[in-house]
Amino acid sequence: MELPIYLDNNATTPLDPRVLEAMMPYFTNKFGNAASRNHAFGWVAEEGVDYAREQVSKLIGCSEKEIIFTSGATEADNLAIKGVFEMYADKGNHIITATTEHKAVLDTCKHLEKLGAKVTYLNVKEDGLIDLQELEAAMTPETILVAIMYGNNEIGVIQPIKEISAIAHKHGALFMTDATQAVGKIPVDVNTDGIDLMAFSAHKMYGPKGVGALYVRRKGPRVKVTAQMDGGGHERGMRSGTLNVPGIVGLGKACELCRLEMEDEAKRLSALRDKLENALTELEESYVNGNREHRLPHVANISFKYVEGEGLMMAMKDMAVSSGSACTSASLEPSYVLKSLGLSDDLAHSSIRFGLGRFTTEEEVDYAIENTKKAVNHLRDLSPLWEMFKEGIDLSKIEWAEH
Amino acid sequence: MAYSDKVIDHYTNPRNVGTLNKDAKNVGTGLVGAPECGDVMRLQIEVDDNNVITDAKFKTFGCGSAIASSSLATEWLKGKSIDEALAIDNMDLVEELALPPVKIHCSVLAEDAIKSAINDYRVKNGLEALEMPKSHH
Repeated sequence: MELPIYLDNNATTPLDPRVLEAMMPYFTNKFGNAASRNHAFGWVAEEGVDYAREQVSKLIGCSEKEIIFTSGATEADNLAIKGVFEMYADKGNHIITATTEHKAVLDTCKHLEKLGAKVTYLNVKEDGLIDLQELEAAMTPETILVAIMYGNNEIGVIQPIKEISAIAHKHGALFMTDATQAVGKIPVDVNTDGIDLMAFSAHKMYGPKGVGALYVRRKGPRVKVTAQMDGGGHERGMRSGTLNVPGIVGLGKACELCRLEMEDEAKRLSALRDKLENALTELEESYVNGNREHRLPHVANISFKYVEGEGLMMAMKDMAVSSGSACTSASLEPSYVLKSLGLSDDLAHSSIRFGLGRFTTEEEVDYAIENTKKAVNHLRDLSPLWEMFKEGIDLSKIEWAEH
Repeated sequence: MAYSDKVIDHYTNPRNVGTLNKDAKNVGTGLVGAPECGDVMRLQIEVDDNNVITDAKFKTFGCGSAIASSSLATEWLKGKSIDEALAIDNMDLVEELALPPVKIHCSVLAEDAIKSAINDYRVKNGLEALEMPKSHH
């Protein structure tokens, strides 16, 4: 086992060597511009792009013509939401989203509010899922778009996508989802799920960084988005800019591998995740965050009460994980996602996200378990809060000197 | 962001972790910060008849820099007189631990903890509490 071990696969995944191999020729001798229609260099590049488009569409059950390549999921989220807002302006200006969305969605909505959009931010329940009745109640004749993520990046919960899209459609709105954490990890089918627009990215599924895609439905209904970048009219006029051919080829290959290996991989990873979670919740006062039934197979988000996440990460030597706590002077605020679940600030500060991936081994998980337990115990020995808890002092009754 | 060697040293081998009898007359206890903010420090001093700090202990809930700041503070406090202890400035901690700007608040908290422990000792011994410096943030 090589140290450090990587358990932050929700932040990014390593590139699968098979993906790299597929990409390599497009950096060197197949360097053509896919838009060069009049010579072989262009045709070869275009062929690579077309094949990738097919590989991507097969994974999510759509037609190749419905894939718009972008620089990643953030751009795809922006294009989808801003593009719909502009294109459907005569129909309405109301967008519904949720408080636990990724910043690429939330900040795009905030931006549109300045331009006259009305945005409803649905709260989530304690388990991280939205309340369908609340969604239904929020729908208005002016609602043009419902934007709810597929799987959450911090806690991994999977929203009831089919039910959400059905509600959106019933009220004549489009349904968009940021599926960055879900595509390639669990079966996603845009038709069964009733998805009209879907953003995702290559680097979360063992592909390269800097490339992603937006799925835009062409039939029933035909969805259109206003381009957010002007130029050569690439990607059916919706996203100008010379295509990132090696990146797109990599995204295609990554999608193909996920389609073929997803089922086995999900089984293996959820077994490892459960092992990790069961072992770590044996520690006193540790809690799993988010719904444990409806969630991605490879994520565990655990709060270890009375220790602070960033301090804890430092003690988890040779392990790359992520914390819901950010102890910097700029932001003493813990994760807004965890706070949306109703977690108190101190529990949110005490959380660690473990993200398993294709290359995670059982040996690494065993190491993570031992190492984390040791770290939590070390930090609790140092923690005045743990001592008070052990003495039976009610911490909520103490008047803290806020600073 | 990488931690300095000194932060790592104090974090891995914290000095003077523990608890003094908070009810003892010669012990001053400072509890500063708040769980919601992600850091809480408890710093205690034991003072002899000559106003010299003979022992210091801490426990901290917080990031590595917060733990290191309080560990270093206890090291510095031992053997100092109360007046010398009051002169410890958070920037001395920042310098010694090479804290980056985003972690300066950890040192501020440690300074607050020192002053708050001294005040607790003073009040217990019939002295007036000193005015606490305004937190720098």
